[in-house]
Amino acid sequence: MANEVCFRNMDQDRPWLLEHYRSRGGYEVLTKILREKIQPESIVNEVKASGLRGRGGAGFPTGLKWSFISRNAPGQKYVVCNSDEGEPGTFKDRDVLRYNPHQLIEGMVIAGYAIGATCGYNYIRGEFWEPYERFEAALEEARAAGFLGKDLLGSGFDFELYSHLGAGAYICGEETALLESIEGKKGQPRYKPPFPAHFGLYGRPTIINNTESLASIPVILEKGGEWFKQLGVENSGGSKLFSISGNIKNPGVFEIPLGTPFAELLEMAGGMKDGSKLKAVIPGGSSAPILPGDVMMQLTMDYDAIAKAGSMLGSGAVIVLDDSNCMVKVLERMSYFYHEESCGQCTPCREGTGWLYRVVKRIETGRGRPQDLALLDDMTTKIAGRTICALGDAAAMPVQGMLRHFRDEFEYHIKHKRCMVG
Amino acid sequence: MGFKNVPMSTAKPSEHKESLFSPQLRAEIDKWIAKYPPEWRQSAVMAALMLVQEENGGWLTVELMDKVAAYLDMAPIAVYEVASFYSMYERQPVGRHKICVCTNVSCMINGSDKVVEYLEKKIGVKLGQTSEDGRYTLKEVECLGACGGAPMFQIGKKYYENLTPELIDSILEGLE
Ligand SMILES: Cc1cc2nc3c(=O)[nH]c(=O)nc-3n(C[C@H](O)[C@H](O)[C@H](O)COP(=O)(O)O)c2cc1C
Ligand code: SF4
Ligand code: FES
Repeated sequence: MANEVCFRNMDQDRPWLLEHYRSRGGYEVLTKILREKIQPESIVNEVKASGLRGRGGAGFPTGLKWSFISRNAPGQKYVVCNSDEGEPGTFKDRDVLRYNPHQLIEGMVIAGYAIGATCGYNYIRGEFWEPYERFEAALEEARAAGFLGKDLLGSGFDFELYSHLGAGAYICGEETALLESIEGKKGQPRYKPPFPAHFGLYGRPTIINNTESLASIPVILEKGGEWFKQLGVENSGGSKLFSISGNIKNPGVFEIPLGTPFAELLEMAGGMKDGSKLKAVIPGGSSAPILPGDVMMQLTMDYDAIAKAGSMLGSGAVIVLDDSNCMVKVLERMSYFYHEESCGQCTPCREGTGWLYRVVKRIETGRGRPQDLALLDDMTTKIAGRTICALGDAAAMPVQGMLRHFRDEFEYHIKHKRCMVG
Repeated sequence: MGFKNVPMSTAKPSEHKESLFSPQLRAEIDKWIAKYPPEWRQSAVMAALMLVQEENGGWLTVELMDKVAAYLDMAPIAVYEVASFYSMYERQPVGRHKICVCTNVSCMINGSDKVVEYLEKKIGVKLGQTSEDGRYTLKEVECLGACGGAPMFQIGKKYYENLTPELIDSILEGLE
């Protein structure tokens, strides 16, 4: 039961072409909505019923988010797609853009119809040139076929859609930083509230969703919210794209039902590389606390199971580590990342990420002090929850996860000034 | 900061926009301007900087940033802020080919250290430097969203994945 939603067309040759998308029922849902003037509320309700939760990392219910917008409020509203995909370990939205761009376009037009927006932007990270070109070509095709522009299929509904290219900044994946970036500024997150639903792009009501979330919409509406929900498990409706990478044989993106055992996903990815031994897994992108391999082998891939084990499903980016990896080195690299990508607005994050990095680095380079682990514990609690955006938490969580499960390796490093492994 | 959502610029609209860039470049920038509300010309700043940078051999001078500011009716400082915030803009000259090597976790555990080492030796420069003949700049970057093909790098607009020394040799040979 794989490849039913975002990857439903993956078996096709050049699946990104309009005619191929249409041969699988593409744009039929949109056509029906426009022709029959389906009630926008019923669309939002169907998305609510599907149990779809935001695929960008936070897992917020998509239908609920859409219902925060008052459709009949006057003035412009916007639909924004988050294709900034920068969470280390995540590489699924790139494949949606490359292989199924029309399904994303259809999803965005439907979202616009549902909330009463006539304009949308897809924010694509600047490095994604090939996906951007694919998406642009699909926009052209869709425009020519009458699925974008004025008075779509004679319904009186207008929708225009543009891509916006980033220029290298992880923080622009944070939704309000992304909006600032479209407005031609540094990508520094805004205080929330007000939330984008009330004060979004150009100060107008805006919904912002991840690429995969929006690309799921046409299939949800075609087959029904209940159908989608039944694919997954309690609290985790649907199937989801998992980007799996690391020390495995066949890394890649797999669409599987939420609730699939991790062991099955690992097997789909060919198992461990060169018969090496599973040591640990980062189950939801580098911000998600790491879990020991034996714990992961007992877990299913859904929001609740991973949360209960003390981590998070996040964007579905699964990084698999074998026993040749030194956890201190892995954490050093991750801490460098958050330090490098902090936007610098809030003191706990700007200064704290630097402190975290420097302390982990000194442990890694054999200059660690016995009190350093307590210092790290303490610092994480002084960053998490005290910042404007969740990057502060994202920097703290990997440190907490490592010290929870692999504290002995850090202690060994400090004591012996070298690695436990290798 | 997003509270006051009016265009930040207090700059007086520049009147001689035609003289700032070539007609081709203006046409390219204008395509981007057309995507945004008319009072938000500055939304095109990221694209404009990228286009200008490309035409200037991969980097931005203060003079060019000032021209972008004038073209988009922005205060120059607002353009400098953008140019210094995003990692893909260069404010120093770079080589003809900028090799952006990902060293984040998935790439690291698949040998990005070795890729960096190999490139440093082959090109004769360290990360962050440009070769004397101006052919290459070597740059360390964060996860490029291609971890399934680790280790990987980007040159120009293209991704190269599952790198090996032999593959790196043939990629570099294939560049003009
Ligand atoms: C530091 C940071 C980086 C983020 N990066 C991304 C990203 O690359 N892509 C994404 O879709 N969401 C990202 N998010 C989450 C977004 O803020 C937002 O929750 C999401 O785009 C909403 O869409 P969804 O509800 O469909 O997931 C990031 C959040 C934070 C705090
Ligand atoms: S938490 Fe960090 S990244 Fe987020 S707004 Fe504050 S300084 Fe910027
Ligand atoms: S870690 Fe290198 S591309 Fe993601």
